[in-house]
Amino acid sequence: MKPAGGTKARGSGVGGDEVRDPGPTPPRPATRIDPPHEGEGKARFTALFFLAFLLFPLAAAAQNLPALTGRVVDDAGLIDAATEALLVQKLADFEKKSSDQIVVATIPGLGGEAIEPYANRLFRTWALGQGGEDNGILLLVARDDRKMRIEVGYGLEGTLTDLHSRLIIENTMVPAFRAGDFSGGISRAVDDIVMVLEGNAAELEARAKRNENTARDPDTIFVVLFLIVWATIFLGGFAMAILPRIYGRKLGPGRYEWLGMSFNYNSSGRSSSGGSWSGGSSGGGWSSGSSGGGFSGGGGSSGGGGSSGSW
Amino acid sequence: MPAQRSQMSLLRFLPAFLVLALAVPLLSACGYNTIPTLEEQAKASWSEVLNQYQRRADLIPNLVETVKGYASHEKEVLEGVVEARAKATQVTVTPETLTDPNAFKAFQENQAGLTGALSRLLAVVENYPDLKANQNFLALQAQLEGTENRIAVARRDYIESVRVYNTSLRTFPSMIWNALWFGNDPFQNFTAPDDAMQPPKVDFN
Repeated sequence: MKPAGGTKARGSGVGGDEVRDPGPTPPRPATRIDPPHEGEGKARFTALFFLAFLLFPLAAAAQNLPALTGRVVDDAGLIDAATEALLVQKLADFEKKSSDQIVVATIPGLGGEAIEPYANRLFRTWALGQGGEDNGILLLVARDDRKMRIEVGYGLEGTLTDLHSRLIIENTMVPAFRAGDFSGGISRAVDDIVMVLEGNAAELEARAKRNENTARDPDTIFVVLFLIVWATIFLGGFAMAILPRIYGRKLGPGRYEWLGMSFNYNSSGRSSSGGSWSGGSSGGGWSSGSSGGGFSGGGGSSGGGGSSGSW
Repeated sequence: MPAQRSQMSLLRFLPAFLVLALAVPLLSACGYNTIPTLEEQAKASWSEVLNQYQRRADLIPNLVETVKGYASHEKEVLEGVVEARAKATQVTVTPETLTDPNAFKAFQENQAGLTGALSRLLAVVENYPDLKANQNFLALQAQLEGTENRIAVARRDYIESVRVYNTSLRTFPSMIWNALWFGNDPFQNFTAPDDAMQPPKVDFN
């Protein structure tokens, strides 16, 4: 926004200059000192400010853990489609019956890490098992490292003990894997796990009853929408008071124009458009069960129980 | 006068803005409750670590008896394990262990001594194939490996929660609350990152 007489000096002294021609631009108070290229500075600052926010997620991205796409996460391509469908059905039915979450995961390689810390990290990231109950089980197979592990959540350590896991691995999985039958080995191992857990029927029923009305995690999109609405309501008033002063065009003392809206901050008759409105309740009921398409962990954790093996 | 008020308009809001900028972060998450909350979390992780170490200590008598049945003349190794276990379990762990560097170091050394003795025992067992095939021994070994893993996980959790707690004692503004009201000392942390015993893997074929 340059004054009409571009070559004239701006911000001249208090006395007022007779030569100065205000031109079509609105009169400014004589004492105001404008920084050169004011508009550019603001734009640069804004750009840097938002760029800083964009950079934040990158720091957290270096995880190399697979995503929980379903009850069977076959990243190493070891399980055939028919077995996978059958497994998913079996695991879903078992969860409905007992609230235990069993997940099978195959990965191409561990990337140099030992399988125990990796499995524990993966288990906790996926949060298998119901929160508080911690009744999750992860069956992890690392194809290139030829290692497998059954990681058991805190709540099931008493039923599916380390010895059970070790026996399932050694007696069911290792012979099948050595023969190249991954689908069969995994499928039978899952059957064994279910059998052990069902073997303690009274405990299983008690667990199922305790976790009958677990609220599934709401779909993330609803959470995001809610936050956007809430932020607009809550922060909007604050933003309306500050941002037009910085980014808007000044129309006069205490009056700004920004994005097609005019703001009047003078104390007489405060009528800044966009005003402040108390945020009403933005509706509830987000936690009314997942839509059935997605599977997500229930918020449980593991303390490192279970057993590992290799073939 | 309109001219005068326009010059003051922005400055008038400046004090309010400054107060908000300083007060809102202080009122949000770094209040009075931060330090006790983090301290309790660190203590809970510590209890879990003690729990797992105790679990390991409880497995040892059974292990020693099983090994004695097959390898009774391996006296020094067996006695070494029994003594190390006695030393590790005799010392009572008090709340001071968490804040006193010497007490914590002594605790760590006792447990490391037990780890070493167990490693030696399992190395010796390699020479006795009958013992390795014994069902009871296999069960104990599975449990021992599981417990070692749980100890490792519990230690990692403790290290993390102590890191968070100690950071809160040193960073602004919670360090002010600590100086004024709590006077807590930072918790000690494990110096050896992974006190892991490497038992030889039993080969089933």
